[in-house]
Amino acid sequence: MNSLGRLFAVMGKELRQLRRDRLTFAMIVGIPIMQILLFGYAINTDVRNLKSAIADQANTHLSRQFISDLKQTQVLDFQYVVETPMEIEELLRTGRVSAGIHIPYDFDRRVIDGNRFAAHLLVDGADPTILGVANQLSSMRVNFDSWEAPSESAGSLEVRPFYNPERRSAVYVVPGLIGIILTFTMMLFTAVSIVRERELGNLELLINTPVKTVELMVGKVVPYIVIGLIQLGLIVAVGQLLFNVPLRGSFVDLYLAASVFIAANLALGLFVSTIVKTQFQAIQATIFLIMPSILITGFVFPFDGMPKVIQYIGEILPNTHFIRMTRGIMLRDASLGDMASELLTLVVFTFVAMTAAILRFSKRLD
Amino acid sequence: MKVVSTDLAIKARGLSKNFGNLAAVSNLDLEVPRAMIYGFLGPNGSGKSTTIRMLCGLLTPTSGSAIVLDTQVPGDTEALKPRIGYMTQKFSLYGDLTCIENLRFIADIYSYPRERKAARINELIHKYDLSAQVHQFTRTLSGGEKQRLALACAVLHEPELLFLDEPTSAVDPKSRRDFWASLFELVEMGTTILVSTHYMDEAVRCHRLAILDQGTKVADGAPAELQASTGMTIIEVQADNPARAQALIKRLPDVASVTQLGLKLRVLIPDTTREPLSHVTRALSEHDIQADAKEVPASLEDVFVAVTQKKRAPENPE
Repeated sequence: MNSLGRLFAVMGKELRQLRRDRLTFAMIVGIPIMQILLFGYAINTDVRNLKSAIADQANTHLSRQFISDLKQTQVLDFQYVVETPMEIEELLRTGRVSAGIHIPYDFDRRVIDGNRFAAHLLVDGADPTILGVANQLSSMRVNFDSWEAPSESAGSLEVRPFYNPERRSAVYVVPGLIGIILTFTMMLFTAVSIVRERELGNLELLINTPVKTVELMVGKVVPYIVIGLIQLGLIVAVGQLLFNVPLRGSFVDLYLAASVFIAANLALGLFVSTIVKTQFQAIQATIFLIMPSILITGFVFPFDGMPKVIQYIGEILPNTHFIRMTRGIMLRDASLGDMASELLTLVVFTFVAMTAAILRFSKRLD
Repeated sequence: MKVVSTDLAIKARGLSKNFGNLAAVSNLDLEVPRAMIYGFLGPNGSGKSTTIRMLCGLLTPTSGSAIVLDTQVPGDTEALKPRIGYMTQKFSLYGDLTCIENLRFIADIYSYPRERKAARINELIHKYDLSAQVHQFTRTLSGGEKQRLALACAVLHEPELLFLDEPTSAVDPKSRRDFWASLFELVEMGTTILVSTHYMDEAVRCHRLAILDQGTKVADGAPAELQASTGMTIIEVQADNPARAQALIKRLPDVASVTQLGLKLRVLIPDTTREPLSHVTRALSEHDIQADAKEVPASLEDVFVAVTQKKRAPENPE
């Protein structure tokens, strides 16, 4: 069939060019690995070894026991031992510590009293993550080593983190990161593709051949789906090796979801490519579109916590749906069937973006 | 060289294209007979490329229309694509693909029959002397090699009509000669070629040509016809001091143009002037300028100067 022949010709050409473009080729492997290392190690809500100060004014057996228990949590690293709470404040203000514990003279009596707080935890509230850690610490009870601990106070909730019991952030970050990496690389590939041919003059030749717009567009998208799936394999493998990120659900489901998601981004990139005039503009547009894909898709901030308007915008972005699916499949052992609406949304998005790109592309110069 | 008027590859009527306020092509009528080399001669910006692009269906005319190979333009130009070949002014094949890869890509894009594909590509490689460059990336080819490859790609699918937009602007004279030889071969096999150029020596090789200036056709016909009907007498003046002679002749009434070519001056005088030769010689001797003047046949360059002068004359009262 002629149409299929032309489609394969375009695909073959794209793959050849891609193989010879060393920088792009390096990007296919380099971007995922660099990002996963950066995000995996740097984004860490699981805080340990906070620089802290301690002012133990009680200096009793009980207070020393309490300090030793705090040390065992490894959350605080007491780098400064000072005399007064004022000194802790000074250390906080100058930024040398992020937290400080002040144990007052009457610590023992306060502990027995039970109605009053036994000690003070002073924290740098400017950092919400540290504040969150402080809230966790505040629930810690003083361990009376020889006596029986008082009965648990009623009404307090016991948190049981499902799917990620160790609360390791990499487990949560990596599935979302797949979406970010694929959005960035896939969109970039196709966003420059048409405009590059235009800039290099190839397009004038191409539009004078019998190639159909659909063949050209599909031919430019399909090879990159394969590239995207290779990237996905790479991220999942590195995530498992370095960060022990599980893949609890089906491998096939993950690949299926990713294929549609990749197609959605490629189609969006292609649409961008039909609008911009230069490759530089294409890159700018990609960066403009990648920001919301990071910020309002539930990757960094919980989706439900965002204002309704932002949520509506977020629902339009492919990454929102993909992150839900990857977290579901990788962490919760959900199947695609459980998230059919997410997949369907991506299919619709791909179809709309592809149609828009095909309609916008004209085999004319005017 | 009989022209059968009913057998036209291209027939355009009132073709115009405006880009904003600029009239790139205005009211162009064109008749290109089949199996001929038809030339577009004109300086940069005269509307050659714009006209070619309109005829291919790449640009929509602001007004006017054409019939290209029995297809209405503007109209279903997609049906036209398999029947025409187009060699762009700028090299437009893929620089990061080799010669053979480009040829194969073009063959597949034009759905060239698979069983004949390899043989056809092989034939073109030999015909256009690209054997040594088969596996070379095209961005590393020389100007002449690029041009031969571009022509090979443009004719691969055996088009009936070939558009060549300034095909020789980046190649040396030897390559140009070979290139034109291959064009005549194509014409012998029945291909119609429309070629744009700004070289006079190329224009003179065309069977017919149209001279374009600022978007309008100022003359058309066979080169010999055009040379015979300039409406000007061409006088060649060989002077000891060409600069002085030129300054003098320029001031004379009825002189359309003076151009210096080496030590010689070419003077164009409208046929309406009586005794044009003595008009010049008298003036030269009156001013004691040693010079030989004689009437010579018009070259294509003279034609070009004559027709563009004529056109500008009313706007430029001197």
